[in-house]
Amino acid sequence: MNTVVLTISKQPELYLETENITPDVFAGKSAEEIAALNVYEGNLTHTLGEYFTVAGGAGDTAADTRIEVKGDLTRVKWIGAKMTTGEVVIEGDSDMYTGAFMEGGKLLAKGNVGHFAGLGMKGGDLHVTGNAGNYLGAAYRGDWRGMMSGVLRVDGNAGSDIGTFMRGGEIIVGGDVDVHVGTHQEGGKIVVKGNGKSKIGGQMVKGDIYIFGSIDVMMPGFAYRENVDLEVDGVKATFEHYIGDLGERHGKSKGETIYGHLYKKL
Amino acid sequence: MTKLVTDVVCPFCGTLCDDLEVVLSDDGKKIVDVNNACAIGAMKFLHSQAEDRLTRPRMRQEDGSWKEASYDEAIEYTAQMLAKAKKPLMYGWSSTNCEAQGVGSEVGELVGAQMDNTATVCHGSTLIAVQDVGVPGCTLGEVKNRADVVVFWGCNPAHAHPRHMSRYSIFPRGFFTAKGHRGRTVVVVDPRPTDTASIANLHLQVEQGRDYELLSALRVAIRGNPLPDVVAGIPKETIIEVAEKMKNARFGVIFFGMGVTHSLSKNHNIDIAIQVTRDLNEYTKFAIMPMRGHYNVTGSGQVWGWQFGYPFCVDLSRGIARYNPGESSSNDLLVRGEVDAVFVLGSDPGAHFPFNSVKKMNDLPCVVVDPHITPSTVVADLHVPVAFVGVEVGGCAYRMDNVPIETHKVVDAPDGMLTDEEFLEGVLKRVKELKGV
Repeated sequence: MNTVVLTISKQPELYLETENITPDVFAGKSAEEIAALNVYEGNLTHTLGEYFTVAGGAGDTAADTRIEVKGDLTRVKWIGAKMTTGEVVIEGDSDMYTGAFMEGGKLLAKGNVGHFAGLGMKGGDLHVTGNAGNYLGAAYRGDWRGMMSGVLRVDGNAGSDIGTFMRGGEIIVGGDVDVHVGTHQEGGKIVVKGNGKSKIGGQMVKGDIYIFGSIDVMMPGFAYRENVDLEVDGVKATFEHYIGDLGERHGKSKGETIYGHLYKKL
Repeated sequence: MTKLVTDVVCPFCGTLCDDLEVVLSDDGKKIVDVNNACAIGAMKFLHSQAEDRLTRPRMRQEDGSWKEASYDEAIEYTAQMLAKAKKPLMYGWSSTNCEAQGVGSEVGELVGAQMDNTATVCHGSTLIAVQDVGVPGCTLGEVKNRADVVVFWGCNPAHAHPRHMSRYSIFPRGFFTAKGHRGRTVVVVDPRPTDTASIANLHLQVEQGRDYELLSALRVAIRGNPLPDVVAGIPKETIIEVAEKMKNARFGVIFFGMGVTHSLSKNHNIDIAIQVTRDLNEYTKFAIMPMRGHYNVTGSGQVWGWQFGYPFCVDLSRGIARYNPGESSSNDLLVRGEVDAVFVLGSDPGAHFPFNSVKKMNDLPCVVVDPHITPSTVVADLHVPVAFVGVEVGGCAYRMDNVPIETHKVVDAPDGMLTDEEFLEGVLKRVKELKGV
């Protein structure tokens, strides 16, 4: 696997949009060609080379390309967006849309990411070692198909609205989350190892939510069923099992109504 | 003898009352009195008659004092500021007509602006929810003529839309509502005992920030599923009673306002309220409507809807229309430092935005187009006073139920004053020259 190392050399006055920083775009390009790719600041188009030093070179294919992005990236949006394969490693904090609409490959963010990380994710492996903002793995505005597949892991805390309209895949948050977890969820699995707040599983149709810590206020549409012993993300424990949201529509399979499942660790 | 102008449309709130009468002086040049309007609407007409009103643009000097400028100078300054900016914010667009909004959109497109209207701090969350789950709506005429169950959720029309209750929602006698308010069941959901709540049949004093739970509980009750004993401070018996009242309505409507759009859960409150409405349509006819504030904020959503495909928070910086409230919303743009110039027309962000945003407006080049001296003009580098739309110039406006209504000119603007549209036409012409198109 060939590695391209990008180091930010100049901070933008506003913010940079760098959806070109993906293995898919870099594949088969030399350092010079990569430096000539476009980045955007407001209504101006610049080259990547104006803001980053580029070292190394890409592999022949995207799958054979690894990108390391270094420096203060807190004003850089869209790193690794729409990537389908290969690897991206972000050394530091990045801004909005990190790994948004990602379809495959591996993205490791060693730091915090801004809002909308993993937005509308379709596949791949997104791992954030720091905190994430709001709308982690949520659907893009107006889309009823949120995260479809893949694994989105955040070691720290996440904001509100995680996994909105989620239909598949897995979101694991190591720390605490803000309000609205799995709103409109229709599949997939959300694990929160810290505390939740309220509005968890509202309008949920299908899928699973696991909360290890506290829940401030339970949604009224969740009914307690029983205690169950489960192993969730390597942790064996007893969970209270709730079904819901009883205010929402639910389909049937083999004569049984399919509900969303909320598990709260005892 | 004084003259009476009838069928005047009120350019104040989204109710857009169209039955005002304006009394003019003998020469037809001064407004003497306004009949039928609420106190706020009447003041809007009478304010335009103020003797000390600004009639020419004024430019901020080095020492912070103002200096009068010509409209040509104002157009030049505005065009230069917008054309030079990497990412200008063009905000407001709610207290003006659709014609001006159309010209403003053209300017925005040319300079790659961030176009945002007052929905961003108002019913923007409604627009997000509508995009997520759709909306079963109706017109205010239908409410007047059909509604027998009216729910006001997180809104207080007695103060914010003073004539709404008498013209449409509670008191009027309509075709199928001959008993007026005696034939209507009024439910108010509000954490506070408001004046609207005082005339309701039922007031649910919901816990602050728990509207989402209460709406969810209504859905559970409508489906006949079991509920906890108390949800959001409301006993389950009351929730079931309200759900039954709604199910048994002949025609019901939910009106909602800032109490749900900008409290905890925001767009999710509206999303689930829309789904309550949808659930009720299994049993009867139910509709839901936002209580839009500025008289033509609905119109700016309409204009941008047909121009760009999005009703607010439109990002034109990359030559195509993009949209994502949370990123392209005015306050996020200002607080995060994403914009480098601010243009305001038809709104007063200085009064309504958080202090951090207003501070940014103060630091950045800022043009405010407004007939009044406002908190926004205090932080502006250029203040352009214009004619009052709906008083001194007509134009199209959209009522809160998306019905377009043509506003009328009642009197002339002071000599030599431009309208919003004329000023924007001037800016557009100059921006075209600067951009070479």
